[in-house]
Amino acid sequence: MRVATAITRQQVEDFLFAEADLLDSWKLNEWLALFDPERGGYYIPTMDAPNADHTKALYLIADDMVRLKSRVAQLLSGTTWAENPPSRTNHLISNVRITGQEGDAILVQANFVVYRMRFQNIDPYIGKYHYQLLPHNGSFRILERRVFLDLEALRPHGKVSFIV
Amino acid sequence: MKSGRNAANLIMDDREEGIFRVHRSAFVDREIFELERRLVFDKAWLFAGHVSEFPKPGDFVTRKVGGRPLILVNSDDGQIRALLNTCRHRGNLVCREHKGTGAEVFRCFYHGWIFNTRGELKGIPGEAAYSDAFDREALGLEPTPRMHNHRGCIFVSYDPDIESFEDYMGEMLKVFDNTLDQGDMEFSEGHFEYSMRANWKLLVENSMDGYHGAFTHERFFTHFMPSVGMSAGLPTVPPIGSKDDVPTIYAPVELGNGHVTTRYPKAGVYNRSTPYYEKFANEDLQKYRALLTQRHGADKASMIEGGSGNYLIFPNLLIIDGWHVFRTFYPSSPDYMEITGWACLPKEDPPNLRRHRLDWYLGFQGPGGFATPDDVEALEGCQMGFATYKEVEWSDISRGMKGNLKGGPSELQMRVFWREWAARLSGSPHAAEHDD
Repeated sequence: MRVATAITRQQVEDFLFAEADLLDSWKLNEWLALFDPERGGYYIPTMDAPNADHTKALYLIADDMVRLKSRVAQLLSGTTWAENPPSRTNHLISNVRITGQEGDAILVQANFVVYRMRFQNIDPYIGKYHYQLLPHNGSFRILERRVFLDLEALRPHGKVSFIV
Repeated sequence: MKSGRNAANLIMDDREEGIFRVHRSAFVDREIFELERRLVFDKAWLFAGHVSEFPKPGDFVTRKVGGRPLILVNSDDGQIRALLNTCRHRGNLVCREHKGTGAEVFRCFYHGWIFNTRGELKGIPGEAAYSDAFDREALGLEPTPRMHNHRGCIFVSYDPDIESFEDYMGEMLKVFDNTLDQGDMEFSEGHFEYSMRANWKLLVENSMDGYHGAFTHERFFTHFMPSVGMSAGLPTVPPIGSKDDVPTIYAPVELGNGHVTTRYPKAGVYNRSTPYYEKFANEDLQKYRALLTQRHGADKASMIEGGSGNYLIFPNLLIIDGWHVFRTFYPSSPDYMEITGWACLPKEDPPNLRRHRLDWYLGFQGPGGFATPDDVEALEGCQMGFATYKEVEWSDISRGMKGNLKGGPSELQMRVFWREWAARLSGSPHAAEHDD
C-alpha cells in the first residue's frame, strides 16, 4: 500500500499544529516523544549552505537522538541561561504540503514564522520545515525535522537557543 | 570625551597594588566607538577570509571587513585580490551576491560599468561623452590599501603605512603557524553569521575567559559531556557558595602588540578535543597522527595536535584551537556587533575524523551549540547592565595580578588586550608593556 495516498493534509496539519503548541508551551519532553526514539534527527543547516552534508560541513544544529535528548534535558535543566527564563515563542505554520514518500516516511514541507520574545526584543525566525513523518498509531512519528532558515543572517537574533 | 576623561584614564592599571579596572563608558560611549574605528580598526591588520572560500579563478565572496564592503576575489590571473565594493563612478555596490563562482566580470547595474576580476575598468557605456581628462585607467575598483596572504589567510589593512604583517604579528606568528601546520587548511562549507546586542570588546574578553566556563557553561559539563559518554573534564562546576579554587587549564602568555594566547603550544599537551576524537574516530585519528608525524617528527606533531588555547590576534580575530574556530566581529554601534564564525579544518582529515571534528564543534560552538548561546546571553546581559554606568562605573579584571596563580584562572589575557586598546586610543601605535 502506498502510505502517502492514505494520509490527508489535514492529518499532517493537525500533527504539526499540536507539535507547535507543545513547543510554545515548553512541553519539551512531550515534544521529544514525537520523534522516532532511535532514528530521529533535528537539523538546521547554515543559511549559506542549506544543502550541505552535516558530516562534511558546518551546521547550526545537527542533532541525532542522543544530542536531541541532551538538548531537551539542558533546556529543562535551568542551566541553559540563554533560555532561563524561557523565551516566549509563537510558532506559526502555513503552506503545508505532502510532497512525497521515501521508504516508510511521508515527506512534508511547510512554511513557518517563529517569533521569539525576550528582554523586550521580538525576533522573527522565518523559513521552511522539511519533515519525514512515519505513520504511527493513527498519528505520526518524526523521523527527521529539518529547518531551513530564510534569514540572510542570524542578525539581530544572535542565537538558536530554543527549538525553532 | 564628554566627561573630560581621556582614553588613558578609562583604564585603572596599578601593577604594584594589583588593581585593574575598565571604565564602563568604554562599552557605551559613542565618541569612544568613533575613536576605536579610527585608532584601532583602521590601524590594524584585519582578518578578511580564507582562500578556500574562493579557490579557483573567478570565485569570489563579498563581506564587510572593518566596516567596508569588500569583494575577495580569485582573479583571472590567479591572484587573490581584496577590492572595495563600490563603483568608481557613483558608488553603487558593484557585486551584490554573497558568493559566486566562475565570474568573468563585475558589472555595476546602475550605469552598466564593467570591471574585470582584477578590478580593471573594462567597459563604459557611451564612453565618447567623456573629455580627454577622463582617466579610465585610474578608475578600476580600488583595492584595500594593504593586503597580505599568509598561508591562505587573507588579512587587509586600511592603513597604507601600517607595519608589515610579520612585524605586526611578531611572536604571535609562531602560534598562528602552529594552527596552520595542522595540514592543508580549509574553511569547511557553511559558516555562521550572527550577532550580539553587546559591545564588541565583551566578546574579546569572553572568547578568552577561563573563569566563566564552569558557570556559564555548566550545561556543557553536566549534561552534554555525559550524554556522549565523556567525563566532564576541566573545569568542573563547583557547588553554589563554594570558595574553592576554580580549576583551569589556562596559562596565558602575552605575545606583543596586544596579541595573546591562553596557552602556548608545546609537545605533550592534551588538547581538550582529543578524547572525543579518540572515542569516536580513533582509527582516523591515528591515520592523521601518522601523517603529522611523518611530516614534522613526533615532537612537532604533538605540539600541532595539542595546539594553543584560545588566542587573540589583535584586535578581533579569535582562534579557538581545540575546536577549530576562527571568529571575527565588528561593532556597528557601541551596543551591537556582527560576528562571523568558521570551522578551519585540515583537508587531510579522513571522513570519520572530519565528521567528529564538526560534531565536537557543534557540541559547544556556534549560535545553535550547547555553549555559545549562553555566552550571547551573558554578554547581552552585561550590556543591559551597563545602562547603570554612571552609577556603577568600573568593571574589575584583576584576577591573577602580582603573579597570583591561586584561585584559578588569571585574566592576564584580557589585560593584554585592554592595555593595547588603551594605548591605541591615546594615539600610540602599541602599548609599551602588555604584561603584568
